[in-house]
Amino acid sequence: MTVATAPTAISPLRGRDDDARRPAPVLQLRNAVKEYPGSPPVRALDGVSLDVVTGEMVAIVGPSGSGKSTLLHMIGALDRPSQGTVRVAGSDLSRLNDPQLSALRARRIGFVFQRFHLLSGLTAADNVATGLLYRGVPGRERRDRALRALERVGLGPRASHRPAQMSGGEQQRVAIARAIVGGPAIVLADEPTGNLDTTTGREILDVFGALHEAGTTIVLITHDPAVAAHAPRVVALRDGRVESDGAFREVGA
Amino acid sequence: MSATTTTPPALAPTRLRPRDIVGQGLVGLRSKRTRTLLTAVGITIGIAAMVSVVGISSSSRADLLAEIDALGTNLLQVQPGNDMFGEESELPVSAPDMIRRIPAVESASATRSVGDATVRRSDLISEDETGGIAVLATEANLLDTLDGTLAAGTFLNDATGAYPSVVLGSVAAERLGIDDLSGDPAVFLGGSWFRVIGILDPAPLAPDIDRSALIGYQVAQERFGIDEAPSSVRVRTDPDHTEAVWDVLAATANPEEPSEVGVTRPSDALEAKAQADEALTALLLGLGAVALLVGGVGIANVMVISVLERRAEIGVRRALGATRRHIRLQFLVESMLLAGLGGATGVALGAAITAGYARSQDWMFSVPQAALLGGVVASLAVGAIAGLYPAARASRLAPAEAVRAD
Repeated sequence: MTVATAPTAISPLRGRDDDARRPAPVLQLRNAVKEYPGSPPVRALDGVSLDVVTGEMVAIVGPSGSGKSTLLHMIGALDRPSQGTVRVAGSDLSRLNDPQLSALRARRIGFVFQRFHLLSGLTAADNVATGLLYRGVPGRERRDRALRALERVGLGPRASHRPAQMSGGEQQRVAIARAIVGGPAIVLADEPTGNLDTTTGREILDVFGALHEAGTTIVLITHDPAVAAHAPRVVALRDGRVESDGAFREVGA
Repeated sequence: MSATTTTPPALAPTRLRPRDIVGQGLVGLRSKRTRTLLTAVGITIGIAAMVSVVGISSSSRADLLAEIDALGTNLLQVQPGNDMFGEESELPVSAPDMIRRIPAVESASATRSVGDATVRRSDLISEDETGGIAVLATEANLLDTLDGTLAAGTFLNDATGAYPSVVLGSVAAERLGIDDLSGDPAVFLGGSWFRVIGILDPAPLAPDIDRSALIGYQVAQERFGIDEAPSSVRVRTDPDHTEAVWDVLAATANPEEPSEVGVTRPSDALEAKAQADEALTALLLGLGAVALLVGGVGIANVMVISVLERRAEIGVRRALGATRRHIRLQFLVESMLLAGLGGATGVALGAAITAGYARSQDWMFSVPQAALLGGVVASLAVGAIAGLYPAARASRLAPAEAVRAD
């Protein structure tokens, strides 16, 4: 595997001595349960077990209400499971407090959202640079790395444009650059093509494909089987459980 | 697989550089310029009001103090006090001469009120209509001691002081309707005609002289039979030894009963007047504080709305690694910058208003540095207090919920 990406400062192969055949999972869920209080309580995740290893590209697909969003929050260290364990880059979420979860997100996870969520007052380069803001990286270095990340998503010439001056596809590329600028262990994309037309959506999926080729670990969350088909591995969710896990096949068709 | 689940070394905690804390605060303000300006206006008005009130009062006081300085603070006044039974005492006849023997005394002038005498424009005017003008017998050097000037004519001297001549204080002349000496005006004083030989300019350090008709000691004794004991001695001292003279004046004026002598400094009354204006200043300052408070409430309001509108941004920042503390700090700093912007503008505006007003009044321009600095500090404090609640709300948003916000 060629790793031409920005340095992934972690040691993804930890544990290889124990299990020489496979790299350590960057993401590991064991019977993860998430229950939201209420009467009756809502069980959004009902015992999900899942491993994602470094360099994989996985699509998590399912209809709305299948627990996708909740799973996204677990994988993204935005929330903790009620039962079971979720390990992201080796860290057990239930043992981390808020600042530690924040550190995990800042240093190991890159997020891409459906609505891009760029800061309207900042240029493309400055938006990408916010990906390094909470690591305490000095401003000049942030900017240099942001420009390099923009080059990688093919937006170098747009560095000084503001979000309002860019198309949806361009904004999503900026968001992807923001997610990868810190060289995360895992890039988490939540319906990244949901706000884009089919052609632009395909271009964005191609960007993810190229990143995957270059060694980035990508988890793509979508309701759209056609989008999921771009990933070598597809995990189908239904009613908070893993319905199927493997190479792509037409889910529910 | 279980062997692979050893906990990795703890990640370095997230951190936000101090420069970036301010930078992120500015981002929020820059992206909503109109709102930022309108919100800051409340603080601007409050701070401008407070700074200009302080500035105008300070400029006025600076002007008054300069005036007092020009008049000199080395004029003292000796008057009889009360004796131990509360009765009004008298100064000894020898008091003026004794005082003049103190080395640092430059000049001393005695006056004696001519109790019953009234001054009228003519004998046809009723004796009751005194116009509040007192008749004073004075020594000829009073004008020198007061450092006073004449608007017209001459002051009394040993010659004119022996005849029915009168010099009018500025207020007295105005009340009697005598503007100048054209036509040789005379006044009906204590039952006979006195020729007006001079009119004084206002004497700020001797308002009682302004309201008096001054006649010579000699004529006063002859016509009205006044006692020679002075009712007041004004003393001009060497400016460097005023305090020392003050200390010995009572004992010098009345060696037997020094406690029955009152010594005052007329310029102190003027300074007290300058201080008295502070009551009004305090009231206006209070009004400025109310404006500032209202401005602060406005900021709190806008910040609460801002937090609701920017849930998605908060979510993204949390996803990028911001801790609760970082979010709280961001909104707090944003609120402080907003108020600080208003405060700095207000300080500049207040100073400009003061400069304009001082110019129109021909005063010197003076704004205490404490007011300038205080204005900015006060606005930052208001911003911090106004931002506390919105910042706390922003930081309490659960990241999982915030990223889902539209």
